[in-house]
Amino acid sequence: MISIRGLTKRFGGTTVLDAIDLDIADGERVVVIGSSGTGKSTLLRCVNFLDRPDAGTIAVGDVVVDAERASKRDMLALRRATAFVFQNYALFANKTAKENIMEALVTVQRRPKDEAERRALAVLAETGLAEKADSYPSALSGGQQQRVGIGRAMAIGADLMLFDEPTSALDPEWVGEVLDLMRRVAEQRQTMLIVTHEMQFAREIADRVVFMDGGRIVEAGPPDQVLDTPKDERLRRFLRRVA
Amino acid sequence: MRALDLDYMLGLVPVILGYVPLTLFMASVAMVCALVLASLLAVERVIRVPGLDWLVMLFISFFRGTPLLVQLFLFYYGLPQVLSFLAQINGVTAAIMGLTLHFSAYMAEAIRAAIIGVDRSQWEAAQSIGMTPAQMMRRIVLPQAGRIAAPTLVNYFIDMIKGTSLAFTLGVTEMMGATQKEAAGSFLYFEAFLVVAILYWIIVETLNQGQKQLETYLNKAYAR
Repeated sequence: MISIRGLTKRFGGTTVLDAIDLDIADGERVVVIGSSGTGKSTLLRCVNFLDRPDAGTIAVGDVVVDAERASKRDMLALRRATAFVFQNYALFANKTAKENIMEALVTVQRRPKDEAERRALAVLAETGLAEKADSYPSALSGGQQQRVGIGRAMAIGADLMLFDEPTSALDPEWVGEVLDLMRRVAEQRQTMLIVTHEMQFAREIADRVVFMDGGRIVEAGPPDQVLDTPKDERLRRFLRRVA
Repeated sequence: MRALDLDYMLGLVPVILGYVPLTLFMASVAMVCALVLASLLAVERVIRVPGLDWLVMLFISFFRGTPLLVQLFLFYYGLPQVLSFLAQINGVTAAIMGLTLHFSAYMAEAIRAAIIGVDRSQWEAAQSIGMTPAQMMRRIVLPQAGRIAAPTLVNYFIDMIKGTSLAFTLGVTEMMGATQKEAAGSFLYFEAFLVVAILYWIIVETLNQGQKQLETYLNKAYAR
């Protein structure tokens, strides 16, 4: 169970997240939609403390962090309970595909190297990249890099996986394979919080769609309700633009 | 104008070659120590530990702002008068210390620039998986910064090898010191210093070849 209360983030004088409340049940897939600059990515980055929130609490499993009093240990605990998939993949450039996945297991989780390697190879097989285990990121296509990026997040076994526009930086030809992999992750009842502009994918994968505007959650509900019978005018305008 | 005494020069080569190991030893030990010290200084300059930052800046400023020869004299002839435990310091140790401190100041700036040059996404990816700042530096940032800084660092190593010649002013008989002694005996200064110059040149050129191989190795992760 993930529980976000009053999450607030300001950059300078601008309030980017305005007291966000959001609960996510175990195994639930929540997709966040909205125009650029409405705080979607900041929400994900604050949940992972890549951006430090100014106020609010985040509870992921046993880890409860109060933004105003968060110590370094709280921050690390929260990051270790979550896994992040970046828009620009952000694979470790000095490590092979396999090493990218092993890194969190060996360095952070202190697991034995051979066990971590077995896990990494199993995850790579799931992503369909077993034969790329020893390739460096620079030798992989965008789609392959993002699949390794998802594999890196999968291997951690996090309570919550965060996807920050995982297909936005991809050439169109690679989008399909990345979405396919995310479907497979979803089938494993992994709790997911996804920011995406892929509306069809959102409809198909989401248990709940959340529409954000101006740093607030404006409307939320099952995909057909939010996407087909939107109530808020801003959501209607947004859906007309992306349709 | 007189002819070069080629026989004398050829005879001098094996004599000076005998001191190459000492020159390389001083440069190598100083390089390893300087790399470690420079990495620590560079990391401090990037994360800026309160209360430590001004000290690091002062250190870097002093060792970049004064000549290596002055620093060597300060260590070898000066400091033992003030700090009695340094009274037994020998020339080789003093030279290694001086080279280490002097070059670590320069190398710290090169490594600092390289650390800043590592893409922001690499830092964030390391943070996102829950690495501590120390783990992030050691596992992700410094290895990538090392690649960026490698050509500059090899250049400093080359400077360092040439810098060991100053150790002869501390009474160390290394390549330069040995040449000086030989020349003083034969009065064939031109021949003697020409031989040692060529030997330094060969050592440096050999290293330049090594640098190319090092860069190929370091770039293997980035080749398309």
